[in-house]
Amino acid sequence: MNEEMASIGKSIVINGELSGSEDLTIEGRVDGKIELRDHVLTVGTNGRIKAQVSAKAIVVLGSVTGNLNATEKVDIKESGSVEGDIVAPRVAIADGSHFRGSIDMQKKDGAADKTHFNKPEAKSPKTEKTDKTDSVPVNGEFARV
Amino acid sequence: MKTEQKNGGFSGLVSRLSRQSVPSDDDSGRVAVAPRTVTAVAAETGYASKTLARFLDLLFARPAAVVLDLGPVIGSNITFLGERVGCKIHVEDLYADIDRHIQHDKLDQLPEFLSGRFSMPDSSVDAVLGWDVFDYLAPGAAAALASQLMRLLRPGGVFLGFFGARASDDPRYTKFVIEDETHLRFRFYPSACKRRWVLQNRDINIMFAGLEICETVLLKSGVREILFRKRILS
Repeated sequence: MNEEMASIGKSIVINGELSGSEDLTIEGRVDGKIELRDHVLTVGTNGRIKAQVSAKAIVVLGSVTGNLNATEKVDIKESGSVEGDIVAPRVAIADGSHFRGSIDMQKKDGAADKTHFNKPEAKSPKTEKTDKTDSVPVNGEFARV
Repeated sequence: MKTEQKNGGFSGLVSRLSRQSVPSDDDSGRVAVAPRTVTAVAAETGYASKTLARFLDLLFARPAAVVLDLGPVIGSNITFLGERVGCKIHVEDLYADIDRHIQHDKLDQLPEFLSGRFSMPDSSVDAVLGWDVFDYLAPGAAAALASQLMRLLRPGGVFLGFFGARASDDPRYTKFVIEDETHLRFRFYPSACKRRWVLQNRDINIMFAGLEICETVLLKSGVREILFRKRILS
């Protein structure tokens, strides 16, 4: 049961389309397109990807330029860098990582679960209790305190 | 309170600092303390933000809203806005752009850069989280950015900005973290730029002439949290 995970070493350069049906770690360079429909793609710290990526889950420790599409999750670690658009139901971005692009976490079955969103009015007790609120609300114009 | 226990003899000073409601540049609390101590305290600081609450309230009313975040990417903000509010989020870290222009000694080119910075079409954004970026922009760059934001916002779209009351010599930016629907946390991180520009209310009004102010909150530190809304043309 100790299955070895497929990997692309850091001296490997691939230009073109890469697809598979097992989890994959990339430490090298890939330009083109990557498709691992039901599996996890890990871009290692040495990995440099310029590609459109589709996978079940994508973990980024290296650098990716291109759009990421995951059916489960995209996880950008502290050392990771992504420039591109992300579409995934769950996205985790670590502090210190680099990201530029857009993030769409809308679920196919009808957007995010807004029923869990507490509208601001409902949270007033916490607002009232805090002693850190040193604000003076002024609607439409400024005031001095 | 945890912070006070950890810092022992600094408890009075730490307590005073931790009561600050926003990243203030208040001289009285900073002079005698090593920057690392201040940063550690600031990392724990949070406050209730009424403009955030209003911002989210307005955002909530817009289905599948598109949000433009001008700050550095914050994972928990993405999770909050994406999973709980159901937004599509564009992250455009203008603080990194400012730093890059300073490092390359091209600050004079920033207005032109900002004028072409956003590739999104007109009226394509429902909300902009501008944080305190305008405190770091010279008037020309600020005007260029304001013009772009007004272009991007849809009618009825909102822009949340924080405007400081005084300049600072600390080369640092602030990361604003959405804690919940009504609370923000902030922490500092090093930058190449100092908070140099203080916009007067009149300047802000002129700069955002295409927007109307729907909420202003003046914090004790003098920071103005302002929520703007683009007018809906009838």
